[in-house]
Amino acid sequence: MAEDQSYDLSRFKATYFEECSELLASAEETIARLQEGSEHPEDDLNALFRCVHSIKGGGGAFAFEDLVHFAHVFETSMDALRSGRAQLTPHVGDILVRGNDVLGDFVRAAQEGATLPADHGAEVKALLAGIISGEAAAPAKPAPTAPAAPVAVSTEPGYATWKIRLIPAAGLLRTGNDPLLMIRELASLGEMNVAVDRSQLPPLAEMDAQNAYLSWTFTLVTDKGRGAIEEVFEFVAGDSADVVIEQIGAEVDAQEGDGWGLFAPLPPAAETVAAPTPVAASAGATPPPAATHAPPAKGGDTGAGGIHTSSIRVDLDRVDRLVNMVGELVITQAMLGQQASGFSIESHPELVQGLQELSHHTRELQESVMAIRAQPIKALFSRAPRLVRDLSAKLNKQARLVMSGENTEVDKTVIEQLSDPLTHLIRNSLDHGIETPEERIAQGKPAEGTIHLGAEHRSGRVVIQVSDDGKGIDRKRVLEKAIEKGLVDRGAQLTDEQIDQMIFAPGFSTAAQVSDVSGRGVGMDVVRRNIQDVGGRVVVQSTPGEGSRFILSLPLTLAVMDGMLVAVGNERYVLPLTNIVESLRPNAQQARTLVNVGDVLTLRGDYIRLIRLYDLFGIKNAITETTRGLVVVVETEGGDRIGLLVDELLGQQQVVIKSLDSNYRPVEGISAATILGDGRVALILDVGALRIMGERLNRSQVEAAANAEAAE
Amino acid sequence: MSDNTIRQFISFTIGDEEYGVDIMAIREIKGWSASTALPNAPRYMRGVINLRGAIVPILDLRSRFGRGSTEATARHVIMVVAVGNRVAGILVDAVADILAVPGDDIQPVPQLEHAAAGFLTGLVTVEGRMVALLDLDHVFAFDDMDLSGAEVAA
Repeated sequence: MAEDQSYDLSRFKATYFEECSELLASAEETIARLQEGSEHPEDDLNALFRCVHSIKGGGGAFAFEDLVHFAHVFETSMDALRSGRAQLTPHVGDILVRGNDVLGDFVRAAQEGATLPADHGAEVKALLAGIISGEAAAPAKPAPTAPAAPVAVSTEPGYATWKIRLIPAAGLLRTGNDPLLMIRELASLGEMNVAVDRSQLPPLAEMDAQNAYLSWTFTLVTDKGRGAIEEVFEFVAGDSADVVIEQIGAEVDAQEGDGWGLFAPLPPAAETVAAPTPVAASAGATPPPAATHAPPAKGGDTGAGGIHTSSIRVDLDRVDRLVNMVGELVITQAMLGQQASGFSIESHPELVQGLQELSHHTRELQESVMAIRAQPIKALFSRAPRLVRDLSAKLNKQARLVMSGENTEVDKTVIEQLSDPLTHLIRNSLDHGIETPEERIAQGKPAEGTIHLGAEHRSGRVVIQVSDDGKGIDRKRVLEKAIEKGLVDRGAQLTDEQIDQMIFAPGFSTAAQVSDVSGRGVGMDVVRRNIQDVGGRVVVQSTPGEGSRFILSLPLTLAVMDGMLVAVGNERYVLPLTNIVESLRPNAQQARTLVNVGDVLTLRGDYIRLIRLYDLFGIKNAITETTRGLVVVVETEGGDRIGLLVDELLGQQQVVIKSLDSNYRPVEGISAATILGDGRVALILDVGALRIMGERLNRSQVEAAANAEAAE
Repeated sequence: MSDNTIRQFISFTIGDEEYGVDIMAIREIKGWSASTALPNAPRYMRGVINLRGAIVPILDLRSRFGRGSTEATARHVIMVVAVGNRVAGILVDAVADILAVPGDDIQPVPQLEHAAAGFLTGLVTVEGRMVALLDLDHVFAFDDMDLSGAEVAA
C-alpha cells in the first residue's frame, strides 16, 4: 500500500508543480501590471493573493514547510496592501517581484528535493514583513527595524494562529461522531491547513472499518477565540478524542487571553528564517536606488531561470482541432497524389519529388499530432494492484496481479472510457474466476491465483487482456441460466464459444448469490457497451479448469491508419493493413465447399474459412467465382485467420478514420468510414465483426439447405 | 388559442407532392453527388456522402414513404438538415419555395391511409397547394430502424 500511495502522491506532486509554475508566471505578470499602474489594482492584488495562496495551500498538503512559511508571509503582505494598511509604491512593487522570485526558488527546491540554505530569502522575507508593518511603503525611509523585522505568523488585527491536534479514540465513530463534520466546522472559522496522520492505519486485512485510525493537525488562522474552537470539539473532547488546542505566534508568549496584538512578533526560534542574517540587515540599510536594482535574490540565477517544466497543459479542444486539420491535410495530400499520378518523374521531376516529400512530412506531422493525445496505459493499470488486494482480502481468496505492457500508449479518451470496464473485469475474474485457496489446492493448483493484465498494440488497435487461471466459465450453468432467462431456446445447440458470449447478454449473472463484489446487475453487458462506445470489441476465451481470458480490442482512435483499398463490385472498401496477412488468387484445388461447414480455403496445409464479402454485404456485380477473384487473408484480434473474397486490390493508402455513428449509427462489419482522394466516402472493414457475420450467414445457409432437404 | 407566430418552411417536391421542412433545421441545400452504399441498410438509406469532412447519411425520402427508389441525377437535390446532434441529408426531386406560415394555418394531419402520414406534423395550404410538413425526428429515427438482414449478434 505504501508503494501505491507514494506513487499516487508523486503524480499529484507533478500536477502541483505544473500548477505552481503557471501560478508563478501569472503572479509575475500581475505584479508587472501593478508596477506599471494597473487600472484595477484591487483585482490584481486579489489575483496575486490567490496565486500565492494556491501555492501555499498545495505546499501545505505536501508538507513543504519552508515554502509554506515564506508564502504565508508573502500572502500576508498582499493582504496588508489589499486592506490599505500599506501603500503600493514602486518600492513595494519591487519587493513583490523579489518575493515571487524567492517563492519560485522554494518551489523549485521542493520539486528537486533540494534543501535551500536556512536563511534563503530571509532578506526578502524581512522586506515583506516590512510591508506588513507598513514600513516599506516609502523607499526613502529605510526600514529602521529591518534587522529585527518581526516575521509574523498571524498578522491581522484580531487574528491568531492556532494549532489544533485531534486524535480520535478508536471508538469515535461508534459514538455517532463524525470527524469530517468537525473539520468542516473548524474550517468555517477561518483559514485552515490540515495535515493528516495516518501512521496508525493498519494493513487493509486487519482494518476494522468502524474504527477511527486517522488523526489530524490543523493550523487555523481565525479571529474567533479559543472558545469557538473548543466548541467544535465539545462533544468529543476528553472521552472519545484527545484534542490539543494551542495558539502559536506571539500572543502565547507575549500576551495572554484576548489582548490581541496588532502585529504579533514571533519568537525567532519558531521560524527557521526569522533570525535576520547579516545580508538581510545590510539590505535593510541599503539606499533605495541600490535596492531597486539589486539582484532579485541572492543566489544569482534564482530569478532568471524560472521553474523548469517539461510539459504544458493544453486545452483538449485545441488538440482535437489540430488532429482534425491534420486529417484534412492527409486527405488533401492523397487527392494531390492521385491527381499527379499521371505525371512521370521525367516530365515533372520537381512536382513528383515535391509530392513525395509532402507525403513524407504529412505522415510525420500526423504521427506527432497523434502522440500528443496518447498516454501510457499505466495511468489506468495503476489502480489494479490495490483493487486486486482489497478484493482478494474481502473474498478470502489469494491472488497475484501480473501486469505487462503498461507503457503501451493509448488515446486519452480511450483511457478514460476504459476505467470502469477494466475494474469490472478484474472484479469478475476475482469473484467468478479465481477459486478459494482450498479449492485450488484440491485441484493441484497453487493456492495463489494469478490475474494477468496486459496491453499491447496489435493490428493497429490496442489489445488489452484480463486473464486468470481460475475455474473458467461454467458453461453448463451459463446455458441453464440463459434458458431460464429466455435468452436461448431449450434444446438449442450452441457452440462453446456461443455459450461464452452469453455472459455479455443484458441482465445476465450466474452469481448464485449476489455478493457486494459482483452480481449486482451491473454486468458484463455494461462492459461490452462501454467498450463498444469507443469502437471496441470484447471477446472471451475460456477453458474449464484452466481459466478465462477477456480480450478487449480498441481502436487507437482518431487515428490515420494504413489501409488497403479493395474493390467489390462497384463498391470500394478499406481493409486495415495491419490485419492483412497475404493475398492470393486460389486455384480450384484450394477452394472447397464442405458440407455443413461452408467455404474453406486450403493454405499450406491449413484450412481457413472463406467469407464472400459480396454475399455478406449484398453487393451486386461482384466476382462470385473464388478462382477468378482475389482472397485476402486477414487475421482478427483473437488470432483467427479468415479469407475475404474481393474483386481486386486497388492499392495501399493512408486513410483518416471518420466516425460513421456520429451522424448515423454503427454498422455491423464496418468500423468507421474514410474519405478517399476523389472525395468519395469509403467504409473501413472490421475484420473481427466480418468473421462473426460470416459464421452467422453460413449457419443460416446451412440450416436453410437442411430445411430444404427435409422438405423434399 | 390563436398562434400568430410566423414560421418559415422550405418546401420541396417528390413527384407531384410538396413537403415542407422548418427552415431552422436546414443547414444547406446541395446538388446530388454519388453516395457510398451502406451494407445491409434499409433500402431508403442511400448511403453516406462526404460533406466537408463529415460523413453524412443520405435518406431517399421517396423510398422512405414507400414509393420506390429515386433515380438520382445531377438535377436532384440533397437537403442537409440537423436532427438533434446529427446532420443528415434528404434526397428530394427539387426545391420548390420558401413559405411563411402563421401557426394558426397549420392543420393537424388527418388519419389517412397515407404511407407518409406518420412522418408528418401538419398540413398547410399555400396558394391552393397542399404542403405536408415533415417530422424530421421521426424520419431520421436511425436507432429504431429495422435493419433487415442484420439481426443483432447473439
